[in-house]
Amino acid sequence: MAPTSCSLCRDAKAILKRPKTGQQICKDCFFFVFETEVHHTITEAELFKSGDRVAIGASGGKGKTTAVIWPDMLIVLMADSTVLAYVMKTLNDRYNYGLELFLLSIDEGITGYRDDSLETVKRNQQQYDMPLKILSYDELYGWTMDAIVEQIGKKNNCTFCGVFRRQALDRGANSLNVDHIVTGHNADDIAETVLMNIMRGDIARLGRCTLICTQGEDTIKRSKPFKYAYEKEIVMYAYFKKLDYFSTECIYSPDAYRGHARTFLKDLEAARPSAIIDIIHSGEAFEVKEEIKAAQKAQQTCKRCGYMSSNDLCKACTLLEGLERGMASSVITDRARKKMDAMGPTPENLRTIPLFRSTPTITVEMPSQS
Amino acid sequence: MASTISINIVFSGGLELLFGNERNHSVSIPNFVPSDNSTCSTPSSSSSSTPPSDNVVSSTGAGDTKAADLEYLIYHLRDHLLKERPELFMENGTIRPGILVLINDTDWELEGEGSYQLCDNDEILFISTLHGG
Repeated sequence: MAPTSCSLCRDAKAILKRPKTGQQICKDCFFFVFETEVHHTITEAELFKSGDRVAIGASGGKGKTTAVIWPDMLIVLMADSTVLAYVMKTLNDRYNYGLELFLLSIDEGITGYRDDSLETVKRNQQQYDMPLKILSYDELYGWTMDAIVEQIGKKNNCTFCGVFRRQALDRGANSLNVDHIVTGHNADDIAETVLMNIMRGDIARLGRCTLICTQGEDTIKRSKPFKYAYEKEIVMYAYFKKLDYFSTECIYSPDAYRGHARTFLKDLEAARPSAIIDIIHSGEAFEVKEEIKAAQKAQQTCKRCGYMSSNDLCKACTLLEGLERGMASSVITDRARKKMDAMGPTPENLRTIPLFRSTPTITVEMPSQS
Repeated sequence: MASTISINIVFSGGLELLFGNERNHSVSIPNFVPSDNSTCSTPSSSSSSTPPSDNVVSSTGAGDTKAADLEYLIYHLRDHLLKERPELFMENGTIRPGILVLINDTDWELEGEGSYQLCDNDEILFISTLHGG
């Protein structure tokens, strides 16, 4: 086949077929359109204002329950958060957003899994000259994922990891005193979540899951600058920019339901690449009735740690209590919670998970001068 | 006349785990290969142990041939290089959706995908995007 020339500059050799538009474009035009689209996503949604302190969730994760495709083998690609850090820095410099950027990374304590990826994050910190904060499950909760799996087995451990990671990002953001956390959720992730919420009949979440910016727990905003960026392009961007990223497998068990949704989505994309953006569009177009939106339980603060919660205890404190009392595998539902309460009073010496709220002294590992 | 061509293979994004945790491989394949993508090195020995999965098995191996293409290479990698779980690499006679393929640093979608005719010293990169975290 004769080389195709770029449909934008009509000059250089095309290296990529864009899934969103079908355009065949060259490397330089690809970098330009990818970055510019993220810039437009950010400016149209007015995500930031000058002077904002923004943490980039560089856990390598999605900030959601561990997603997985490959049965009993979780591949975590750091590409998303590595590309996010790189693009945020590029746009902040190019368009003078005036943001103060931080890398925030979570160490789940899975031997051989996050160790190497944390090394990548540390290299990113030096490459991008950003302060880095690493917060571990061990220091927050007193439990590593290794210890949790040892106690409860490989079933349901994604529930723990998901709740613990989300709260860890919020608590880490508190300790950095930031206004905003950005995460690497991409168009594929959001389309997949739309599908899952439809399949589960979770209309309240369906209404929320396409929002680019949410302000759930606490006052810290969370947003997704890659909301409209295809995973294919993120991975291609990392490859052609030669960004230093990392991939490995989680040795613990996967979230099978999300895996099925992902496989289904990838099959749809293979048949018609616009499917991903089309599903997001459908998700955005749903109008959820006010009474369904309001069906969420009233928010209060956790009686033990002070984190936002819809029950007396927040999810992390509930899960932690179950772990400490050796009843962890049954603490996932409200009914199991009642059963645990019936087993006797809560032990006195239970850990209070630190909140790090507006701490005056911020301990951040600064990039070393090299 | 050289009867084989040499192809450089790179696996990335976690895909290397299916291939003995090795990222870089070099394979040698014939210039002309069976049209049915059967990958036994000698086409006459039809009794070789190809996996009885979704491989299109013809009556005998001595059928038509075609110039070596990427589709054939995918079967070759599955039959000779892959160490475990072929269903994570191939699906319905092609690469599993969600795995990106680059031919000499160009998206294979611009090069005719499976019908791309391989050349000596081509570099084929497979990147998995299927992941969680």
